[in-house]
Amino acid sequence: MTAPNPNTKTTTRADNARTVRRLLLVVVGMFAFGFALVPLYEVFCDITGFNGRTKNEQAAANQRSIDTSRTINVQFITRINQGMPWEFKPEVRSVRVHPGETKVVQFYAKNLTDHDMVAQAVPSVAPGQAGLYLNKTECFCFNQQPLAAGSETLMPMQFYLDPDIPKHIHTLTLSYTMYDMTAHTQPDVVASLEARPTAE
Amino acid sequence: MSTAAGEMTHHDHHHHAPSGLTRWFFTTNHKEIGSLYLWFSFIMFLVGGSMAMVIRAELFQPGLQLVEPHFFNQMTTVHGLVMVFGAVMPAFVGLANWMIPLMIGAPDMALPRMNNWSFWILPFAFMILLGSLFMEGGGPAFGWTFYAPLSTSYSPDSTALFVFSIHIMGISSIMGAINVIVTVMNMRAPGMTYMKMPMFVWTWLITAFLLIAVMPVLACAATMVLTDKYFGTSFFDAAGGGDPVLFQHIFWFFGHPEVYIMILPSFGIVSAIIPAFSRKKLFGYSSMVYATGAIAGLSFLVWAHHMFTTGMPVGAEIFFMYATMLISIPTGVKVFNWVATMWRGAISFETPMLFAIAFVVLFTIGGFSGLMLAMTPADFQYHDSYFVVAHFHYVLVSGAVFSIMAAAYYWLPKWTGHMYDETLGRWHFWCSLISVNVLFFPMHFVGLAGMPRRIPDYALQFADINKIVSYGAFAFGLSQLIFLWVVIKCARGGERAPMKPWEGAEGLEWTIPSPAPLHTFETPPEVK
Ligand SMILES: [Cu+2]
Repeated sequence: MTAPNPNTKTTTRADNARTVRRLLLVVVGMFAFGFALVPLYEVFCDITGFNGRTKNEQAAANQRSIDTSRTINVQFITRINQGMPWEFKPEVRSVRVHPGETKVVQFYAKNLTDHDMVAQAVPSVAPGQAGLYLNKTECFCFNQQPLAAGSETLMPMQFYLDPDIPKHIHTLTLSYTMYDMTAHTQPDVVASLEARPTAE
Repeated sequence: MSTAAGEMTHHDHHHHAPSGLTRWFFTTNHKEIGSLYLWFSFIMFLVGGSMAMVIRAELFQPGLQLVEPHFFNQMTTVHGLVMVFGAVMPAFVGLANWMIPLMIGAPDMALPRMNNWSFWILPFAFMILLGSLFMEGGGPAFGWTFYAPLSTSYSPDSTALFVFSIHIMGISSIMGAINVIVTVMNMRAPGMTYMKMPMFVWTWLITAFLLIAVMPVLACAATMVLTDKYFGTSFFDAAGGGDPVLFQHIFWFFGHPEVYIMILPSFGIVSAIIPAFSRKKLFGYSSMVYATGAIAGLSFLVWAHHMFTTGMPVGAEIFFMYATMLISIPTGVKVFNWVATMWRGAISFETPMLFAIAFVVLFTIGGFSGLMLAMTPADFQYHDSYFVVAHFHYVLVSGAVFSIMAAAYYWLPKWTGHMYDETLGRWHFWCSLISVNVLFFPMHFVGLAGMPRRIPDYALQFADINKIVSYGAFAFGLSQLIFLWVVIKCARGGERAPMKPWEGAEGLEWTIPSPAPLHTFETPPEVK
């Protein structure tokens, strides 16, 4: 048995170290990529309306034409997450609107517990594609909603449908799920939220 | 004992057998580590198999008889995790450790000390995972796919242990994969060009790249579950602005390449065995290499075929449907090549060949049901039914596991220096073949009829078929004890194996004595 040339041995060692470094870079890169998927997904959903995302920001109440030739049925669904002790419902179950026409719908919420709570409503639209054309000029879902023990409130939601909404959409459903955010909110934040006048 | 392969080359004669347990704890020898991996994976195969027996015993009759639903959920979850991360993947890593250096004419793996680590952290990962089953509140019960919010809001207190064990398994796999890549890229014998490498080396090289690409993504998913559950983040919690569907995207971005991680090395094994027992060269070697690469590349573009029912836009469903179907083309090339290799060959049917042929047939059946599942509109019916269970057990049990059995029979003479008992091997094969089909084939029918997976009870009309399936499961489980018997018998003695026990076999591993000495190819062989 002859010993291998020591020179080739050291070059192999150096080669190995270099290859390992490169592969570790791939590993670290893919780990970063996994986390980058979170913001990427966010952006992707906002652009495509994928997964029923709505534009969750105030739309400009700009001048626009109203297309009276079409009428779209907008339905409202409310849900309470995981047995949260609130009552939460829309004042009307559905409205019929022309694209471009502005409507206001009130949502009723009541805190059935004996302690102050903070809630967040999260919207979702079906079909997902319609989410891109639903513009909210005012919505309780833009902020967290504080509600003192046992009190009730009416929360407005003002919206219009973009006149460019695809022709095949005749009905769209806007669903709100109410989440209990009390545990996630600092006590002083709860107090300051309560100081803010709620819409009546 | 010396720690680096480089030192061993000079005075290996003094270092042969440090005795006792320390020999196995500190070994850096690729053959010993390969054996450790293989034994570990076989033990895990029996552990995961016992869990499958619990599942099938509960499903033997409708109604709840033996176990609580919560325990049933733990069994389905941990069965999946143990089989995927404990049985199939370590078995392939074990085969890679044993065979890749022998096949490319290298003295050892490139990074022997890391090799030791990547094996020895595995038992701890599984001790943690299996230990969590005995904790208050039980072990993981959310399915091996650990979808949020099942794994976050609704998971048991032991979830941190689950995440920790997944991380260790991931680190082990990544280290193993890095070792394979470095070995194949830098340690080939002179003249062993890439296009001369055996298919097993090729498929493992591509698998290793898949591993380093997607195991970190699995680690991300597990980490996010951990922080969502324990540290108040909201990656998957809609209340905090997250999205539970995001979990599925991240998980399946790992999950689909993962299924190829569990099948590509099988392709390599079968591509070694079929030519050997057909006494012909592998048909279409280079097309095999390119097909493997194509499958690996496409595997990154199809993940959402697991999510057709989550409410994706139609455009996305169509894209993922066609991308998935596209994979059947390179896979078809492979099946065609195996059949063409057998065509007019002088075939003999020793146990490795029997398992390899069964692999080709049964894997193809699993591939066809996969094609059915790929069709978006049809998938709405099949989704989460026993049809899916039938599909992935055809590709993973009669696919991956059968190929591992084939590999074990094929290389046992090289590993032990003895021929295994051919009669017992055939008994093992025929018992496994019949029982695996009794076990999994009827699942297609109950699945199409609407029986959901992961539920400990079912509607009465499924009773007869479930009884048959359970009989098949018990028979398949018992058949594997024959295999254990064969291996132990072969390790302890038997007819002496020649250097090359299979007439038609090719490759450098058959140019060294049987059993393979602890150190081989210290002087690189010349490859023409
Ligand atoms: Cu897949």
